[in-house]
Amino acid sequence: MAERSEEVKLLGMWASPFSRRVEIALTLKGVPYEFSEQDIANKSPLLLQSNPVHKMIPVLLHNGKPISESLVILEYIDETWQNNPILPQDPYDRAIARFWARFVDEQLMEKELVGKDFLGGESLGFVDIVATLVAFWLMRTEEVVGVKVVPVEMFPEIHRWVKNLLDIDVIKKCIPPEDEHLNYIRARMDSLKLKSV
Amino acid sequence: MVDEVILLGYWPSTFGVRTRIALEEKDIKFDYREQDLFNKSSLLLEMNPVHKKIPVLIHNGKPVCESLIQVEYIDETWPGKIPLLPSDPYQRDQAKFWGDFIDKMVPGLVRLMWGAKGEEQEAGKKEFIEMLKTVESELGDKTYFGGEAFGYVDIALIGYYCWFDAFEKYGNFSIEAECPKIIAWAKSCMKRDSVAKSLPDSEKVTELVPELKKKWLCLKSL
Repeated sequence: MAERSEEVKLLGMWASPFSRRVEIALTLKGVPYEFSEQDIANKSPLLLQSNPVHKMIPVLLHNGKPISESLVILEYIDETWQNNPILPQDPYDRAIARFWARFVDEQLMEKELVGKDFLGGESLGFVDIVATLVAFWLMRTEEVVGVKVVPVEMFPEIHRWVKNLLDIDVIKKCIPPEDEHLNYIRARMDSLKLKSV
Repeated sequence: MVDEVILLGYWPSTFGVRTRIALEEKDIKFDYREQDLFNKSSLLLEMNPVHKKIPVLIHNGKPVCESLIQVEYIDETWPGKIPLLPSDPYQRDQAKFWGDFIDKMVPGLVRLMWGAKGEEQEAGKKEFIEMLKTVESELGDKTYFGGEAFGYVDIALIGYYCWFDAFEKYGNFSIEAECPKIIAWAKSCMKRDSVAKSLPDSEKVTELVPELKKKWLCLKSL
């Protein structure tokens, strides 16, 4: 168990969802921490020293030891402070959670959405269209699986983007109807579970 | 219940090699099924509907995708045998950081091998060499990345070794000249049974390249 006197410092940035996800994990676990806002355009010696490889935030410093890469930080937090677990206990469920977390990072490009209404910039573009299916599929999968892969607290930009998309007639007409889509996802999940090789 | 473990792979894939090594290290019996990436089987498409890529590890009918996630899964599922990841959370997550870094070498390598001749290839080569040097400084003078014990980071990187001859040939450079410690480390790893059994022959990999170049679009599956 973690001792009371330890020092937890997060080098982050207010606008970064990668930084916010670490804050959420720490808050969920009731871990007191010091947040240190970083200026990306003018990187501090502490940041450069703590993450010499990527020179990026977020970096978690636990008793002076640096951990980088937001998903790695989340796992570290989960292993170090074991109350309110973030990852499931079962190794298979953990593998699935890790897979989806990576998928979200790769596919949804959350950081691209900060300050923009659409991935393409001012208006609906190619990338938005391509990513729409992914976003809807993921969110509806959440409903079926019961795991919040894209919770609003962690991904406010994604939720805002989805809300924008839903207001557009073209999108409204094109997204698969909810009930049918949910049933389809359930059927696929079940068939994956039952598959005997 | 007797464990049924199946691995869907493609023989020259650096990623599939990782999972094979992990299974061999743990002495787990598995059924390896070679996949034709240019003509994907229905099993592959069902087990990895999201990315349709190998390797796919199927444990008692349940699929696990992404090679490093598989290595971690293998370590967590069969913990009694040789640990692949350190037990200390900090050391563990340092290992995962390096695994992730090694994965980030792929775009540079893709440009080096499959990119347009000239600027793109040169940029890929430069990126690869820089990243490999960073990895080399992390290795330092240790036997393995984790110290005395072979583990996760070694597994993450060693799969690329069977492609080194191809990188050198097509990039026109010497990896040993740039990163001698990496070559020394790789040779130590090759002495381990699990690695020797799992890595394909470098010559065969290099011979395959012209054929793969013709079908290069499909390489996103590797």
